[in-house]
Amino acid sequence: MAQKTAEELAKKQREISIAEFFEKNRHLLGFDNPRRALMTAVKEAVDNALDACEEARILPEVNVELIQLEETRFRVIIEDNGPGIIRAQLPKIFAKLLYGSKFHKLAQTRGQQGIGISAAVLYGQLTTGKPATIISKTGKGVKAIQVKLKINTQTNSPDVVEEKEVDWDEKEQGTRIEIDMEGAYLKGRQSVDEYLKETSIVNPHCTIIYTNPEANQFIFPRATDQLPPEAREIKPHPYGVELGRLIKMLETSTASTLQQFLTEEFVRVGAGTAKEICASAGLLPTTKTKNMNRDLTENLLKGIQNTKIMAPPTDCISPITAELLERGLRKEINAEFYCSTTRPPAVYRGNPFIIEAALAYGGEQEGDTSVRILRFANRVPLLYQQGACAITSSIQATTWRLYGLQQSKNALPIGPCTVVVHMSSVWVPFTSESKEALAQYPEIIKEIKLALQECGRKLASFVNKKRRINEESKKRSYIEKYIPHVADALKGIVGLTDIQKKQVEDDLCTILEHTRGELEEIGVDNPDYDPELAQIGAEEESEELMDEEEDIPKKKGKPKKEEEDGEGEESFSDYEDSDNDTGERQMKLS
Amino acid sequence: MATKKENTMSKQVLGKIRDIAKGMYDTIRLQKKPEIEMPIRALSNVSYDEREGYFKLLKSVKSRTLTASTIKTFAQTLRMMELSKQLVETDDIATKREAYYVSKNWGDARFREQPESDTVMDDIEAMMGVNREQIGFIPEEKGGAVAGELTVIDQDQDTGKELEIDCTKFGSGAYSIPSSVEHLRFKTKAKFILAIETSGMFERLNKHNYWKKANCILISMGGVPTRACRRFIRKLADEQKLPVYVFCDGDFYGYFNIYRTLKVGSGNAAHINEYFCVPQAQYIGITPQDIIDYQLPTHPLKEIDIKRARDALKNDPFVQHYKAWQKAADQQIKMKARAEQQALAKHGLNFVIDKYLPDKLKNQKTWLP
Repeated sequence: MAQKTAEELAKKQREISIAEFFEKNRHLLGFDNPRRALMTAVKEAVDNALDACEEARILPEVNVELIQLEETRFRVIIEDNGPGIIRAQLPKIFAKLLYGSKFHKLAQTRGQQGIGISAAVLYGQLTTGKPATIISKTGKGVKAIQVKLKINTQTNSPDVVEEKEVDWDEKEQGTRIEIDMEGAYLKGRQSVDEYLKETSIVNPHCTIIYTNPEANQFIFPRATDQLPPEAREIKPHPYGVELGRLIKMLETSTASTLQQFLTEEFVRVGAGTAKEICASAGLLPTTKTKNMNRDLTENLLKGIQNTKIMAPPTDCISPITAELLERGLRKEINAEFYCSTTRPPAVYRGNPFIIEAALAYGGEQEGDTSVRILRFANRVPLLYQQGACAITSSIQATTWRLYGLQQSKNALPIGPCTVVVHMSSVWVPFTSESKEALAQYPEIIKEIKLALQECGRKLASFVNKKRRINEESKKRSYIEKYIPHVADALKGIVGLTDIQKKQVEDDLCTILEHTRGELEEIGVDNPDYDPELAQIGAEEESEELMDEEEDIPKKKGKPKKEEEDGEGEESFSDYEDSDNDTGERQMKLS
Repeated sequence: MATKKENTMSKQVLGKIRDIAKGMYDTIRLQKKPEIEMPIRALSNVSYDEREGYFKLLKSVKSRTLTASTIKTFAQTLRMMELSKQLVETDDIATKREAYYVSKNWGDARFREQPESDTVMDDIEAMMGVNREQIGFIPEEKGGAVAGELTVIDQDQDTGKELEIDCTKFGSGAYSIPSSVEHLRFKTKAKFILAIETSGMFERLNKHNYWKKANCILISMGGVPTRACRRFIRKLADEQKLPVYVFCDGDFYGYFNIYRTLKVGSGNAAHINEYFCVPQAQYIGITPQDIIDYQLPTHPLKEIDIKRARDALKNDPFVQHYKAWQKAADQQIKMKARAEQQALAKHGLNFVIDKYLPDKLKNQKTWLP
């Protein structure tokens, strides 16, 4: 074979457009199988709709419709009542990857990168060859604009196939997107149905109207008119920057001195802190930013790291609140016990975040399988990649046996329980662009574990109480069961009459019952439960599909018996062995 | 005569059962919680005195108060007493297993496994301070095998006529000790009783008519001797004034479970040890010293063996009483080995008959107390 020269090879070397890259790596964006593709498309559009409404301080009402066109082809339609998008921005927002408003700012929003919705358009285009249709109207009395968009994958730029003004009278303002794509509609825990339901649970201020391919309409009405506080943008915290970023910031900053630069570009840096940083870096606060070379910048970074700087402000984060989280859980699950907690704000890499957790225990939940996990990030449900998520590993690393659930080492706990974890942050660290799993930062894992432990302690006291009540009712049934035997035997030995025997039974009842108080009732008392809602996503999935769910960790077998030892679980059945009981005592008679 | 005596005993037992139940009935009618009391049957609650010659029950008692948690056991105890009453009244008996099956008629109060019913039976026995045969329950277990110069006088089950059983006439078989031995009488010209741990060794000695050679009575205990076996040896030894020699494996099970139980009784049956022990028993072998003297092949001691020995040294009043046993136990722990009776076969199959037993019987110094 003839050798090739570098020049020959160079002919084949060329730039790769981001759109081309994702065309080949669609799995990175969550379009790896038809079922997930459908869910991801809906998810990206709904996330954008909610973000837009909240930013414009409008109570969101989102219409989602899935129409099955062919066996494997669907039309996905999402319509919102948001502020609309001006004509000039429409093509870029929907048909250019990595174009968006949220990447460069630190604020608690659902979208981050500016990839999602254009990726959905790209996927539709790839699988059907058709453009996406977008209609947007920015206000009353204005005509709506309708565009048909494709993405030029070589240049990653929008290609407007058709554009016209249309009447959209039924809508005062809003945006509607229609994408035709390959897909598969299946129910279950990773379905569009489940995603929309969970979204409505953690976004009680929005109304979602959903029509599925079977033409069944679900309405998830808003539970509150209170919009969450506006997502406030914050500047980066000094602890979160790396050298390259710092150099870039110095280059682009309008500040002339280091002192100005530090106080203007970062949060939590006042004049005093800025001086401290400079002193610790061995630099003068008056140093000109344009004179900062690489080495000096590295010194500055060390100075930042060696200075004590107040944690970033946390009022920029709005958690769902423990109360709303619990209320949502009550709608979904009929349990005997609920609890929830919101952790105080914490920081990872200079980004503030808040962890919230909630538990639902007992009731109608199955007891011999792993607990069900509901994961959320900035009010978005995470349905895929459970195994890769920091939430899952935090649950596994928590010692649930202390709280009354069974657990094998480093496995998910087993028991009739649902665990909910929500992370809100100005920047949620996802493991990939499809945004389904939280990255494993130690600070985040620590906070999740603390939240779970708080809930766990409450759970433990409930489980113990339940155990006591079970024991108590068992004792009572014992009394009822065995009194006749005592009386009968006494009758046989002493020769009692039937009346005397009855008296013995009554006396025994009095003797044994009067030391016992009222029996507390434990059961499901949950007026918030919505059986129809709970049914969504709970349907059986087909076998074939289960195989595709690569990221659900294989259910571990039940914990081995010996691992449960010392847990007190056995004490339930210990009544026959009266030698350990309170009624028995040993004493010395001398 | 015997029947009359038995009748009085039955009356006493019936009276006791009635008294306990009546006491409970009265307490309940006063709307107080009834209690039952029974001695604690464990090594921790026995003492050993050489003059008394057996494990004597101390005063620790456990009392069980009727509560929600104990009511099942209470119900079962009373049911069992009712059954006992019926048995004594009709002069019938039930094996422990049969009693367990009778309980299947008791609905919720039935026993799930036989050990549960055995425990309740033992409780009643201890509570009343009687022997379980007196309250109509007999064990399943075989009493033991007898061969040698002995005539046992029993009764014909149908006619009640006297029946003489010649224990020399069983050939390669043996006379089997019944579960109740109180009515038996004996005739013998033998010089001593040899109680043997394993039936294998018993077979060997019996096959070669060792009893004829040594003029003795051979009794196979087959492990820890049953109550009947202990009582049989005791009665025979007392009535015929015979010494009792014990021949076991050279291990802690042989010393402290088999021999000690035979000689002074057990913790579990402490309330009846007085009659179910053989204080005159003496241990002739295999001793730790025998292992050395006869160069016996050994097996290493297991963890459990050493634990048993240390346990005995620490908790067994019998071992604590005898320095000789403590020394022997220490010696064996150091040796880290044990030897079985059959190990004597190393020197020839009949070495035990021709050399070992004659030597040992002659030399009392090699025995253990």
